[in-house]
Amino acid sequence: MDLSYFHSVTLNKDKCKGCTNCIKHCPTEAIRVRGGKAVIIAERCIDCGECIRKCPYHAKKAVTDPVDFIHNFKYKIALPAPSLYGQFGPNFTRSQIIKALGEMGFDFVFEVARAAEIVTNATKEYLEKEDIKKPVISSACPAVVRLIQVRFPSLIDNLLKIESPMEVAAALAKQEFSKKHGVPVEEIGAFFISPCAAKVTSVKNPYENMSSRVDGVLSIKDVFIPILEIMKKNKNVDQEYGSVSSAIGVAWAGTGGESDALGDVRAIAVHGINNINTIFEQATQDKLDNIDFIEALACPEGCLGGPLTVENPFIAKVNLKNEVENIKKQAHSVHKIDNVDELVWKSTVKYRPIMKLDDNMMKALEKMQKIDQLTEELPGLDCGACGSPSCRALAEDIVRGNAKETDCIFKLRQKVSDIAQQLHYIEDETPN
Amino acid sequence: MSTKIIRDYIIPADDFAVAGEASSDVRKILSQLGVSPNILKRTSIAMYEAEINAVIHGHGGKAHVEIDENKVFIVISDEGPGIEDLELAMQEGYSTAPDSIREMGFGAGMGLSNMKKHADLLEIDTQVNKGTTVYITVYFQ
Repeated sequence: MDLSYFHSVTLNKDKCKGCTNCIKHCPTEAIRVRGGKAVIIAERCIDCGECIRKCPYHAKKAVTDPVDFIHNFKYKIALPAPSLYGQFGPNFTRSQIIKALGEMGFDFVFEVARAAEIVTNATKEYLEKEDIKKPVISSACPAVVRLIQVRFPSLIDNLLKIESPMEVAAALAKQEFSKKHGVPVEEIGAFFISPCAAKVTSVKNPYENMSSRVDGVLSIKDVFIPILEIMKKNKNVDQEYGSVSSAIGVAWAGTGGESDALGDVRAIAVHGINNINTIFEQATQDKLDNIDFIEALACPEGCLGGPLTVENPFIAKVNLKNEVENIKKQAHSVHKIDNVDELVWKSTVKYRPIMKLDDNMMKALEKMQKIDQLTEELPGLDCGACGSPSCRALAEDIVRGNAKETDCIFKLRQKVSDIAQQLHYIEDETPN
Repeated sequence: MSTKIIRDYIIPADDFAVAGEASSDVRKILSQLGVSPNILKRTSIAMYEAEINAVIHGHGGKAHVEIDENKVFIVISDEGPGIEDLELAMQEGYSTAPDSIREMGFGAGMGLSNMKKHADLLEIDTQVNKGTTVYITVYFQ
């Protein structure tokens, strides 16, 4: 089984110094330093973007589509993630941002926040069902879905099997535009304006048996300056741009937005990949039986902390809060659709056993024994100088045939000293 | 000679934050061995319940785990007060946990019945004032 696929998160070799920052922070141990440069193990990467955040040399980047890419389609729709609104200060309102985004060359802007409200509504109905497994875990963050696929297979059944706001937005936007202007759907391109690398991957390489209706992903970073420049020129924008979402959809950008929107359920909002790991460990032990819903967002402070954003997440948070308060003062109806069943996943995601040592159980046991033995012999400092994230990971890499014992500098030093002693001995023994 | 993976863990007394670490570790090992998600889950739940019991009732204890190609065998032992009426303790909802523990969301009386539900074999050795040892076996096939 080929477990590798396209990834948005990639390495810029020229910038990589071969340090150990990324390997130590990768939640799936997907990075090694080999030959002085980081290497991402494709089948293990979940595109969470943690390495992009941690690299002091900015050698990790997320590949997105260039802004010009939209011209491949006759009609262009922008799907801004609500986190976009958190990027601009108090002088710029959502209406200004949406209008400016449209003027960048889009024929229509459909807020993902609108779709988020529809997903909220569908989630409420989903939680009423009898045959679901609680706690239900949000599937809005693709890095979280991929984390479950590789590390917590028993939680696959707990995933909220409802399309993400981005996908719902793409479907509805194309439908609405095609109907209104009488143009074929094939001629319409829908472009997500993304805070996040994992979304790029989920569009280019959807989960098993699924497809994406999104045609391209632009990063918030790439549209930020153009939007700002247009807004400065536009000055006053009073009228609303098309149909906009209420405060509920906009609040989805930050942590707690999705779970608070569900109203009267016991929901928790977890953000940051390490916090999510901890809570999922508990969920696999059936410890969370009194929790109905888990909102899990891989980035600290949720999508506002995404690696493709511009503003510091804490500042973005207050920006978004201001905007949410403004929107609350205006009268916006909450978006809903009647046929909620259409949003339910037609299939589910699969377990991807990336950590498995061997297909044969006996061989896997033997390898595990070797790993145990090697780990015992390594210094246990988890220094990372060998290029593996921990001593145990090095032992695994050795057993998998991807590293050697002398990659450990302590082992190497020992070996050099042994050889030196032998040389001494030979020297002493050699007749003059 | 059969190939076996052996692990030993200390279960600290009254430390709810650490309780569960041993079963998490065992789950990781089993997933590396290619054990199916369903077995991972059953082992994880059964072992966790035994671990937390040792924390709540047994003043902590020890966990010993043996994995071979057919099964995982878990022994969790404590030197706590023991179980007076094992049959009663096996019933769902029966609990001797003090209110303070229940307020933390533990001690709902589901531990032993949950263990029984998820283990293929469950054996309990208990002696009042001496301690309790729980033997859990989960088969891979």
